[in-house]
Amino acid sequence: MATVDFAIGIGGEAGQGIATPGDILARIFARRGLHLNAYNAYQSIIRGGHTFLTIRASDQPVTNMGDKLDVLIPLNQDTMNRHLKLLRGGACVIYDGDKLKPGEHAAGVQLCPMPMKQLCGTSKLGGNTVAIAATLQMIGIEFEPLEQVLTRQFKKKGDAVIAENVNMARAGYEYATTNFKAFPVKAPRGAKPLGIVTGNQATALGGAAAGVKFYAAYPMSPSTGVLMWMAAHARQLGIMVRQVEDEIGVMNMVIGAAHAGCRAMCATSGGGFALMSEAIGMSGMIETPIVCVDVQRAGPATGVPTKTEQGDLWQILGAGQGDYPRIIVAPTSQVDLFKIIPELFNLVDKYQCPGLVLADLLISEGTSSVDPAELDLNVKIDRGEIIFPNGTSGNGETPNPFGGYNDNAYLRYKNTESGISPRAVPGTPGHIHIAATDEHDEDGTLISDEFTNPAKRRMMVEKRARKMQTVLSQIAPPKLYGPENAQVTLVGWGSTEGVIRESIAKLAGDEGIVANHLQIKWIVPFHADEIARILGRSKRVIIVENNYSGQFARYLRSETGFKAHGHIRKYDGEPFMPHHIVDAVKEQITGRAEVSVPEHEILV
Amino acid sequence: MTTATISEVVPPVPAPATAPQPGELTKDTYKGKIHPDWCPGCGDFSVLSALQTALFELGLKPHQVAVISGIGCSSNLPGFINTYGMHTLHGRGIAVGTGLKLANHDLKVICTGGDGDGYGIGGNHFLHIMRRNVDLTYIVMDNQIYGLTTGQVSPTSVKGMKTKTTPHGSVENPINPIPLAMVGGATYIARAFSGKQKHMVEIIKGAIQHKGFSLVDVFSPCVTYNKDNTYQWFNPRVKILEEQGHDPTDFHKAMDKGYMWGDEIPIGLFWKRTDLPTLEDLEPVLHEGGPLAYRKLGIPEDQAKALIAELM
Repeated sequence: MATVDFAIGIGGEAGQGIATPGDILARIFARRGLHLNAYNAYQSIIRGGHTFLTIRASDQPVTNMGDKLDVLIPLNQDTMNRHLKLLRGGACVIYDGDKLKPGEHAAGVQLCPMPMKQLCGTSKLGGNTVAIAATLQMIGIEFEPLEQVLTRQFKKKGDAVIAENVNMARAGYEYATTNFKAFPVKAPRGAKPLGIVTGNQATALGGAAAGVKFYAAYPMSPSTGVLMWMAAHARQLGIMVRQVEDEIGVMNMVIGAAHAGCRAMCATSGGGFALMSEAIGMSGMIETPIVCVDVQRAGPATGVPTKTEQGDLWQILGAGQGDYPRIIVAPTSQVDLFKIIPELFNLVDKYQCPGLVLADLLISEGTSSVDPAELDLNVKIDRGEIIFPNGTSGNGETPNPFGGYNDNAYLRYKNTESGISPRAVPGTPGHIHIAATDEHDEDGTLISDEFTNPAKRRMMVEKRARKMQTVLSQIAPPKLYGPENAQVTLVGWGSTEGVIRESIAKLAGDEGIVANHLQIKWIVPFHADEIARILGRSKRVIIVENNYSGQFARYLRSETGFKAHGHIRKYDGEPFMPHHIVDAVKEQITGRAEVSVPEHEILV
Repeated sequence: MTTATISEVVPPVPAPATAPQPGELTKDTYKGKIHPDWCPGCGDFSVLSALQTALFELGLKPHQVAVISGIGCSSNLPGFINTYGMHTLHGRGIAVGTGLKLANHDLKVICTGGDGDGYGIGGNHFLHIMRRNVDLTYIVMDNQIYGLTTGQVSPTSVKGMKTKTTPHGSVENPINPIPLAMVGGATYIARAFSGKQKHMVEIIKGAIQHKGFSLVDVFSPCVTYNKDNTYQWFNPRVKILEEQGHDPTDFHKAMDKGYMWGDEIPIGLFWKRTDLPTLEDLEPVLHEGGPLAYRKLGIPEDQAKALIAELM
């Protein structure tokens, strides 16, 4: 059990500087060895509106924003009005006493007005620094770590700005010591310092580790963080990073670079992915491996650009016309995003097909603490059957026996037993061929350039399809978590792993309901037999997903014939909180509902 | 900084007895496995032949060249030439070509396609490849009609042209690729005509040798579906700029020539500038280490440490 588990909410309008205090707090906690999760609820607006950042920290791993707030820092009256009423006894609200008025609140909520004018003078964003200083004092963290992190944060702005912020912070810290009642439990120290990473950074790091040399993208929330990380590190790491005119261009460039022999990658959201679909089919047809990350957001069309959803499953299953092999994976956390990218590159290099990642705003923009040992950049790299010119590196030193210009011995699309045909990259002497999106023969010749031939067409369809027969054996099957003989089995996919896992613990602890958990990560290929076997033994299966129509429930049924007993679905743009799942399970086991749609109580 | 070319980094390999010996380059070296399946008399035959001659005369080895097309009659060209080739998606040849070129800048990349492919469905990529000045050559076989879909109006069909989808005559203005490319920032802009093949060879050679993005728009008559813009129609009208003393470094004269249409239609090199760096020149990642595609993968330990330190 966690000895400490507290959450801090900072809210205001966009432009009031929510992100900086969020970063400062996250860094202080992580350096102290505390685990944390940060989720920012925001709007597609640059100035104004309402932004609300929740940082939850504990001495145990934290995977989601939790159910409660311990400290509320409203930077404007709107935030005060929205969130104060949700605080429970024991929590506190820290605010500018000169400007903001608290409203109705639960008994036992500590009101902590601060004389901001006196503490930070005319500094526009100084109140943020003062408020986090007070917060740290109240949860028992010394002043020095704040001073260090402020120095790091404002390094680029010069000594004067650092000094100004440190002085304001000290004033806030001292004011809190004198005037407010500290929390009864002090923040402990963890075993060792942790880092902090967003899912988008983890994705980019995974790509860099995998040896990505070409990254292209078009800015699209919530995937843009990957492009920005790549652009910032391109020259240092020798990665060609391009912002392209549209997502159609992105995917086509990525395929061009991959065809030349690079590991090439891109990330986008559902709308951009839709534009890429035709080209993803090209990757399948010409058997050029690429990796594409779809960071899902609430759709359709422009949808809610800054809100999360798991609504692209069927888009990605059906991406691109025709029938061709692809690999689809839905990572379950920030660290999993990091690990999945190199693993997926090894698979797609081996099987010469597109690799598609279904992430979402929740994990990709969400921040997590991370043990640096988990991010081992020295990953396994296996390029599969690829032929480079002799003497070049590229980690593929396949001897090149051919020499002539009109060589007919090399068959790019050789009809092998495994379906995998050795892939020579352009520039390799003696392996000249054409890669065509038209159906083609073993040597690459378009069958429409001769006589369209049903036997050849069938042979090539089967050759490509045959590659998938062995993929399943290369990936880890899902594992049931928790007691075998549980009353309820919760099934989730992708990013919901953490919150479902926590609700299992809550069900067992607070409600005396024994539940277990099956999280699905690999979508295609699908461990249908294994999953059917596990679920066949379950007493009551409830599928938890972040969409309206139960996209995963339908997919599970199509692949296994298994029909779940109940569903918990959320499609309001906000992620699940643990109590949403707990309450829905209670509702379902008492027979009050088969489909539960939790209400998101926080108006963000 | 210079980078090693493929021929410099690839040591000669003794070929096994069964494999064909590398021979001297001849024009036949560039002949593809497949005989073109274009309609007899199609202007694209002349473009293919001119491209093969240009490659031969420039002494480019087939494995050092990639010919990349979109979709359409003319986009079948990569199947008919003995170089590395890609036959991509409709309108996407230059996007794929950009990726390929940046991944292996030692390759000579030549994109081919038609007017619908390049100026219609692929128009956005066309605009952006020009401003980026990617070092590749784009040959557009412009027949002013959609041929492979059996004769519909194209972005370059002249106003009033009757086609299967404009039975009363097109009411839309056509795109004029020459001025468009000039304002778009292309650094080598030329036009050729399938009826003047020798001239086309020189134009294509100049384009391939040009460092930067080169556009060669070719009047390549569709003998089946375009009964208006035929060889007979073009022959008396086309006037070779090189024979008229046109100065391809004079922007405004080039624009004037680009707008000429009717009784006199200029072909040849309209505009060329060599003072602008290419995208590859401007990208420090390419300055050292050879083609990206051939570089070693993985992150050295010191860099890995620095990346992790950023998170702490």
